[in-house]
Amino acid sequence: MITVDKVSKWFGDFQVLDKCSTRVAKGEVVVICGPSGSGKSTLIKCINGLEPFQQGAITVNGISVGAEGTNLPKLRASIGMVFQNFELFPHMTVLDNICLAQTKVLNRNRAEAGERAMQLLNRVGLADQAPKHPAQLSGGQQQRVAIARALAMDPIAMLFDEPTSALDPEMINEVLDVMVKLALEGMTMMVVTHEMGFARKVADRVVFMDGGRIEEDAKTDEFFGAPRGERAQMFLSKILTH
Amino acid sequence: MFGAFDYQVVIRNLHILWDGMQITFLLTGVAIVGGILFGTVLALMRLSRFMVLSFVAGRYVDAFRSTPLILVIFWFYFAVPIVVGQPIGDLYSVLIAFTLFEAAYYCEIIRAGIQSIRMPQIHAGLALGLTRWQTTKNIVLPQAFRNMVPVLLTQAIVLFQDTSLVYVVGLKDFLTAADLVAARDNRVVELYLFTAIVYFLLCWLGSLLVKRLQRQYAI
Amino acid sequence: MAMKYNWDWSVVLCRAPEGVATGTGGSAAQLPGGTSAFAGGAAQTFDTGAHCAQPYFDWIVSGLGWTVVVSVFAWVIAFSVGSVIGVSRTLDQPWVRRGATTYVELFRNVPLLVQMFLWFFVVPELLPKETGYFLKRQLPLPEYWTAIVCLGFYHASRTAEQVRAGIEAIPRGQTYAALAMGLTPAQVYRYVLLPVSYRIIIPPLTSDFMGIFKNSSVALTIGVLELTAQSRQIAEYTFNIFEVFTVTTVLYILITLIVSTIMRFVEKRLHIPGTIALGGN
Repeated sequence: MITVDKVSKWFGDFQVLDKCSTRVAKGEVVVICGPSGSGKSTLIKCINGLEPFQQGAITVNGISVGAEGTNLPKLRASIGMVFQNFELFPHMTVLDNICLAQTKVLNRNRAEAGERAMQLLNRVGLADQAPKHPAQLSGGQQQRVAIARALAMDPIAMLFDEPTSALDPEMINEVLDVMVKLALEGMTMMVVTHEMGFARKVADRVVFMDGGRIEEDAKTDEFFGAPRGERAQMFLSKILTH
Repeated sequence: MFGAFDYQVVIRNLHILWDGMQITFLLTGVAIVGGILFGTVLALMRLSRFMVLSFVAGRYVDAFRSTPLILVIFWFYFAVPIVVGQPIGDLYSVLIAFTLFEAAYYCEIIRAGIQSIRMPQIHAGLALGLTRWQTTKNIVLPQAFRNMVPVLLTQAIVLFQDTSLVYVVGLKDFLTAADLVAARDNRVVELYLFTAIVYFLLCWLGSLLVKRLQRQYAI
Repeated sequence: MAMKYNWDWSVVLCRAPEGVATGTGGSAAQLPGGTSAFAGGAAQTFDTGAHCAQPYFDWIVSGLGWTVVVSVFAWVIAFSVGSVIGVSRTLDQPWVRRGATTYVELFRNVPLLVQMFLWFFVVPELLPKETGYFLKRQLPLPEYWTAIVCLGFYHASRTAEQVRAGIEAIPRGQTYAALAMGLTPAQVYRYVLLPVSYRIIIPPLTSDFMGIFKNSSVALTIGVLELTAQSRQIAEYTFNIFEVFTVTTVLYILITLIVSTIMRFVEKRLHIPGTIALGGN
């Protein structure tokens, strides 16, 4: 469903992505990990065109992301994204956050959008928070709302950019639980995360990035059983002892 | 001196001063509304990806912000009748001058407000499939204006004070009205002090309001 | 634009007859009808040609000079008074704080033009008779001194706010650390708080310095013949308003550029390695 083919990207002179290639099949869950600055967040933002790239090609469901003339808003509407710092819109209520794109992009009427929003809020266990503003919610609750907001667009795939790294430890699980459920239901997911427990539990494959390159791309049990590269071994040993 | 202090002169001429104050309010109101509207356009131009737009808006803002308001008032006072080909009245030339001048300042405030919205917020809007303009309209501008309310009001207070400069072209605002009475009745001390007190009270109350709003909007 | 207007850029180049005699520049040669008048040497013969009834170029230069002089002196007052008031607002003594706050509120909430009138017309009346008489009659160039004092005290309230903000931007831990080393409160300000806060506030101080240059034009209301006053005068004499105001506007823009260049240099010189400049770009 998602194909990344030899993608390279530079910020000025600095190369952040170096010929990255991978693919995600329908229903697959792929975890991307690696040290900070390895380019994993940049890569995931390239997939829905939030970050432009200079070389290579990315296609989502057969549509080329980088090509001129691609209707990016339409493409992005079909891929959900969840951010590190939630990025709920602080000036809107929880309900309005979830309805905004439904009404503006999918042209659903307000009642339809509201109904779908409540349905999803129920699913993430936050139906009672609908009239509140984001700042009145805990971090874990905000991130669950953000997931509901992305799901409201009925996406064909979901991108997660370090969804738990801004959370206090006690809130990480409530978010991971929602994500695990989503994965088990068969959602296609690309997840940048350091939560190796999550990776073991639901990931089909693990991609390890370092210095802008994809160093490992292996089935989950292979990756955890015996990572081939030295850097990946080092990274794993550091992350797992904590 | 103090013995001859005659506060009655203020009361006797209160209607003249009130007429002046209405002009002051009118100028302030028009310049705020016009300045914010045009200033928003300028700010969006400055932040536009189209180089020509951002260049034009940038030079506009630089020029007005480098020029004294009095000189701008003179510019329009003398130039507008020549360009239009007929006298249009002091009030209109001053209104134009203030609106265009204030727009440059509002542009910078609004631009800063827009830029205070972090990139990931814009990304979140785009990731939902909103277009650039939808993201600007629904996510960036509402938040930006909310953040800007205190600064916009502070600028409004500055503007309210600045309207007194129309004195230089003789438009009868509050200060000029007081000045006319002062000259006619030879009561300079009383009238200037009264003017200062009125301006002070209005601006001071305004700044208290700003402080309250700041606390309210603080996140 | 269908407007009737006779462009004549030469008006802004009109020199006094002596200036032409010494041969500075080709200004006289560029005057379409005025050359013969210049040869005559007497100012009175110009009024028929209308171009050079007066040495307008010299007026602009003198106006520019006064703008700079008034602004620089006013800035010295603003900086020193503003620093004292700004520091006072961060002190622990409630009376000092309240006094400084009152100063800022008073000077910020009355229009500059009204303050100008108060200093010029009202203050001498309220002072003891001899002092008032001195200010009005004996002091040479009273309007210029008034303008400097008025602008200085007005802008001091803004400088004070910036100094205060700069000091308050420094984490409390710095003060505790300095006090823990045995420094007196005065030394804490002298060696720790002020050196850092002045650096932080260079950008707002810069724009305020530019503000003084612009606000010095308000002094024309009490008769200071600075740049804007001179250009209005020329505009009224010649009706060549576009030329005159363009030149004046360009001069103000140049002042802004020069001030910002100087301040950027100062900022670079004083930059503390490893810190981020506030309000960059």
